[in-house]
This record gives sequence, structure tokens and C-alpha cells, in this order.
Amino acid sequence: MSSETKQILTTDGIPLEVSLKKAEKKNKIKAFLLVAPLLLFIIITYVFPIGDMLMRSVDDKMVTEMLPKTFKSMEKWDGQDLPPEEVFEAFYFDFQKLIEEEREGKLSTQLNYTKNGFKSIIKKLRRKSKSFEEGNYKEQIMSVHRRWADVEYWRAIKRRAPAYTYQKYLKGIDMYENEKGEIINVPEDRRVHRILWMRTLEIAFFVTVFCFLMAYPIAHLLATLPMKYSNLLMICVLLPFWTSLLVRTASWMILLQQQGIVNDFFVMIGLVSDDNRLEMMFNKTGSYVAMTQILLPFMVLPLYSVMKTISPSLMRAGKSLGGTPFVAFWKVYFPLTIPGIGAGCLLVFILAIGYYITPALVGGASGTLISNQIAFHMKSTLDWSFASAMGLMLLSGVLVIYWLYNKLVGIDNIKLG
Amino acid sequence: MSVNKEFVKFDKVDKSYDGKVLVVKDLQLDIAEGEFITMLGPSGSGKTTCLMMLAGFETPTNGEIYLDGNAISSIPPHKRGIGMVFQNYALFPHMTVYENLAFPLRVRKIPKDEADKKIDKALSMVSLQGFAQRMPGQLSGGQQQRVAVARSLVFDPQLVLMDEPLGALDKNLRESMQYEIKHIHESIGVTVVYVTHDQSEALTMSNRIAVFNDGKVQQLSSPDELYEKPVNSFVAEFIGENNTFAGEVSDISDGKCKVKLASADILANPISVKGKGERTTVSLRPERALINPSDKMDNIHKGKIEEVIYHGDHTRVRINLLGNSEFILKVPNSSSNLDIKLGNEIKIGWNSEDARALDPK
Repeated sequence: MSSETKQILTTDGIPLEVSLKKAEKKNKIKAFLLVAPLLLFIIITYVFPIGDMLMRSVDDKMVTEMLPKTFKSMEKWDGQDLPPEEVFEAFYFDFQKLIEEEREGKLSTQLNYTKNGFKSIIKKLRRKSKSFEEGNYKEQIMSVHRRWADVEYWRAIKRRAPAYTYQKYLKGIDMYENEKGEIINVPEDRRVHRILWMRTLEIAFFVTVFCFLMAYPIAHLLATLPMKYSNLLMICVLLPFWTSLLVRTASWMILLQQQGIVNDFFVMIGLVSDDNRLEMMFNKTGSYVAMTQILLPFMVLPLYSVMKTISPSLMRAGKSLGGTPFVAFWKVYFPLTIPGIGAGCLLVFILAIGYYITPALVGGASGTLISNQIAFHMKSTLDWSFASAMGLMLLSGVLVIYWLYNKLVGIDNIKLG
Repeated sequence: MSVNKEFVKFDKVDKSYDGKVLVVKDLQLDIAEGEFITMLGPSGSGKTTCLMMLAGFETPTNGEIYLDGNAISSIPPHKRGIGMVFQNYALFPHMTVYENLAFPLRVRKIPKDEADKKIDKALSMVSLQGFAQRMPGQLSGGQQQRVAVARSLVFDPQLVLMDEPLGALDKNLRESMQYEIKHIHESIGVTVVYVTHDQSEALTMSNRIAVFNDGKVQQLSSPDELYEKPVNSFVAEFIGENNTFAGEVSDISDGKCKVKLASADILANPISVKGKGERTTVSLRPERALINPSDKMDNIHKGKIEEVIYHGDHTRVRINLLGNSEFILKVPNSSSNLDIKLGNEIKIGWNSEDARALDPK
């Protein structure tokens, strides 16, 4: 009798969907309350800071807010010749306000970032402007210093008009936008960041390779040894993992230094002469050795968890079907460990690319990575917007790698445990 | 054409894993070409170890194994050319069915068109044509098992080993696979060594069965002989159902012996007892004892029905007989037996030649 489109009712006459929602509502609220603390935590400590970092890296409002009248009057200026009188007038009034608020020093710092030579002429302008007369500000300002009569400096001010900028990102890859608005490379002898990016990629890549080469046999042993021995081996793998990162790095310093244990041993067995001890620290070698050791468990554990699930009878089947042990390994065992290899390599590579403490301590000048540069700008130059820009570039680099991995291997094929 | 009676030969093989306990003791076993032989035994009896030694995954601690007259202890597994079906199938999960079957052919460098023919043939043998491009994960357990069987046969080995291949299947599927494997064996004539702990599987499939216990072959004979004429009480107990009486031989003559039980004497067939005064376990199959026997039988005793279990085609009756309260009878389900009631006293009879006096347990 009832049509097929008619709502299904429960015995009490309530629509089934409504009843179902009502029944599950309590559970849903409970589930949400359980994850709520973590959600809040992540929003406060992760989403918000990253958003703030993004804003900071492109934020250029400071100068925009300091010279509002100037930029407004500059809108009509084409930038070819010296700006007209109203621009000078507007600049004068903006500047007077800054002097009252004692902020003209900040302006000079900011403008100096854009073009060198602003610092001295702003100081001079501040002194001279006290005795300025009303009207014809163009002449008066230009007479303070000849640079004020140079159109290049006015163009430099105009470039600071937009509230947002991508200059910091260009700087991160050793490029900048010149006066004409072209994006060009920094002269070769002043390129710092590209070298660091390349070195970061290189060290992360080789650390991943070394970790893989060492972890694969260990993980295989762990997965195949009888429980009694594999537990012991597992503790050996995990023990360093439980030790403080700083302690482990410091121990590598003791081991690797020129008067250190490793060099002593090499001298003892006659591999190197006493006056020609190897330099293994404060260079790339130090970074490689220490980072490989520290990141090794991150490769061993995913590999182990995958290998543990591979039945030993598969290798036996491969052999009984006529494959040599190598063929059985290469055609049967190895392809089955690829999810673990992918997970381990991705994990180690991503950790290595952002590594900080170890390269800072044992890396020296030639072994530091991009993260050390970020820290340098956070702590020493206080150029936080530049540090943020590089941090975000690193983050997007990691996301690109993740995306590439997903394209090549498929993220469903990953297995962490 | 004479058949090689010693196609596979275990010659005085011992195996120990830890140097303290022998899991296989002085094994002497000949397997003829084309034979289907089953190694049957409880877990830990050494049967799988024997199979692994034959496949080459374990080495004998002592003694030698011969395959077609050649000692094989020093030949690595991949050069033995023995097909093997594993307990959990061991199909390569990252390869299609076709690639799984092609694996043994590729490593033997067989040209592709010839290999394709062999693969087609092997797949049709297990009626899985059209499944070549599936992944093992997309197949049911029974289908995976067939692929495993096809893979072990595709490179035409002379000997195939099967290690409890049907253990993971449900009962119905297991029975149909038993017949299927048996038919494949009959049609291609390959020698099969089959390991199982399931006695009914062993009885249905094999030419001969080797019953393993405690690292030793207890009895090696055809299924019917194994069931009808067990040589010791372990085999009698392990194969099929069994009623036992423990007692002492009081007289032995004319191929019969008298066994003194606690309450009465019974007549039995002396198999492993030689003289008076020996302890013995008398073994009697449930279907060999009859209720209210009409024929002249030389053992007739009274017992009390303790339990009646309805099984559809037959009824199992547990009877307290001569001090054995676990005496089981199987009564065919026909109208004449409807008077079986709990607590009734009934007469039970059997022939003395069916009651086998074996070694004491």
C-alpha cells in the first residue's frame, strides 16, 4: 500500500532517520568531547602559530602605516621624474608625526633595508626639519641632502607602499626585486641560502640512504631472530632512542674530535699518522655520522613492523620454486618491504631536512643546515619575518616531498607500525 | 615399465634441533614413484620436520635422504626441483595469479610462449581459467589453495610436497579439495608427500599412510589396513574411534587369547602379545560390536546404556561394559533400534578376531 518513497517509521511513528540521529547524538557528543582537548591544543599550538608565521613572512604594514599620507599622494605619481610638491608635503607631515612619536628611527631602519643610504639622510632631515618654513617643502627637503633630490630614493619609498610583500621569499632563494621591478639573482659571491638549501637536501638525502642501508639488515634480523635475541636487539636499537638527543650529540663530539676516541683508534692501528689526524667534526662528516645514528631508529621501526608481517614461508616458497636465495629475496621479499622502506625514508628525510641541534653542534660552518640559518635569524638578526619565510619554505618543501611520494608510491602503501 | 620403489628414500635419518632431543629418530622410509603418501601424526611428532628435510629447509643431523638415487642433503632447496604447497598457501601477495605461476618458469628461463601454455594448463587443471590477472588477495581461501597447488605443479616436478595444505579451509571446502587433489594426482601421476594431522583426510587421499609419533613411524600401510589392522595401541587410538580394555593375558592358543579383566574374561586376537601374564590393551572398533547379536559370536556381555547421542544417520550409544564406562557403539538409524533407552541393560557381542590385543598403553 505505502509508496516506496515514503519515510520509514519506527514502531513509535518517529521517522527512522530522526530516531537514529537521536540515538547516536549522545555518542557523538562523547566522542567529540574526548578529542576536544587535543583539537584545542593543536589549534592553539600548531594552526595558530603557523598562520601567524605565514602572516609575519609577508607582512609589510609597518612602513605603510608610518607614511599613510605620503603613499596616498604617491598614487598619482608615475615614478619617472621627481615626485610633485604634494608628495613632499605629505611626507613632511608624516615625518613630523613620527618625530613626535619618536618612531623616525624605525622608519630609517626599514627604508635602509630597501635601499642603503636612508639612515644618514633621515637623521639629517630630522635635524633640519625643525627649522622648516611652511610651504614649498620640495625645495626645503631636497636641500637637506642631495640624495633627497635623487628619484631613486623616492622610488625606494614607493616600493614600500603595499602592505604585503614577497621580498622575504625571494631573499630566501638569493633573489631580489630591483628598482625596475625585475626579479634578479644576488651576485654569486653573496649567495648564502641556495648553498644551504642544496646542502640541506644533500645531507638529508644521504642520511636517508645511509639509514636505509644500515637499518634494512637490522630490521630483517629483528623480524627473523628468535624472540630471545630479537628482544635484546630491539633494546639495542631503542636504547639510543631513549637517550637525550643532546647527550647523544655530545658523545659524538667526544668520539669524533681530533683527539677523540675514533682518531686515537685509527692512529693506534696505523691507519692515520699522529700528526695528520682526521677532521671528522665541524664539517659534513660530523653531520652525516651523528644524524645517521640519531635517525636510525626511525628507519628501523617502520621496516621492522612491515618485515614482521612477511611470512617466512614466502621466502621458502620462492626457493622451493627454483629461485636462488638472491632471486627469492629480490623478487619476493624486497617488493613486500617497500611500504616500510617508503615510510622509513619519508620519515627520516623529513626529520633530517629540518634537523637543528646536531648540525649546530657537530656541523661546523660547512655542516650547518637551513634550520640553523632560520634559528640565526630568529635569535641574532631578529628578522623574524625572514625566518618565518624560510620556515614556511621548508614546510612547503616537506609537503611537496609528501605529495611526490603519494604520487609515486601511494600514501596508503605507507606503514608505520 | 618398472616403477622405482625407492624414488624417495630416508635412510637412517635423525634430526635434532637443540642437540638434546631427537625430533626424528632413525627414520627409514621408502616412497615409490607416483605414490601418494601421507605423513600423519599429532603435532610435534616430527612429520613436518621430515617434509622440511626433504624440501631442503632443514638438514638431517644424521643419515641421508635420496631422491631418485641421488643423495640430496648437500643440494640447496632451489636446485632440488621439488614442488611444495605450504600451510598458509604462501602465494606472493604482490604478484597476480599469472605472475605467481610464472615465477618458477621464469627462474628456469623457459620461453614465454611455452610458459604461457604451461600456466594455462595448470590453471585449467585446478579449474581457475580466467583468474590469471587476479591478485591473491582477491581470491577466496579455496581458490588461493588451488593456485598454490597449480604453482607447485606448473614446472612439472617429479615430487610435490604438501604441508597441511587444507588446514585453513572450512569442512565442506576441505572435503571437495581432498577429492580434487586426489584426482590431480591420479591424472598426472606425480609423486606426492602429504603432511596432515587430520586422519580422515589421510584415509581418503593416500595410497599409503605413515603414522608418526614421537619421531618414529609407528605404522606404514594402506588406509584400510591401517584402520582395520593397527599394529599398536597408538595407531589404534589415533586412527578412528576405538574402545579399549586393559587387562592381562591368561591363556593363549589357536590364534586366540584370553584376556583377564577386572570383572570378566574376554577373547581377543593376539597381535603383539606373546605369552601368558603379559599386560595388554584390547582394541575394538565401535562398528564391530553389535547390540543383541543374532549371529554366534564368541564374546557376549551385558552392559548398561549411559548416554544416547543422536547423530542423524546413526546414533552413538555410550555403555558401561565390563568396567569401561566409555564403551562407544554406533547404531545405524533404522527402526529396529528404537528400543535403545537410557538406563536399559543390553547384550553386546563381538568376534574375538576383531578385538586386537595390542601393547599396553
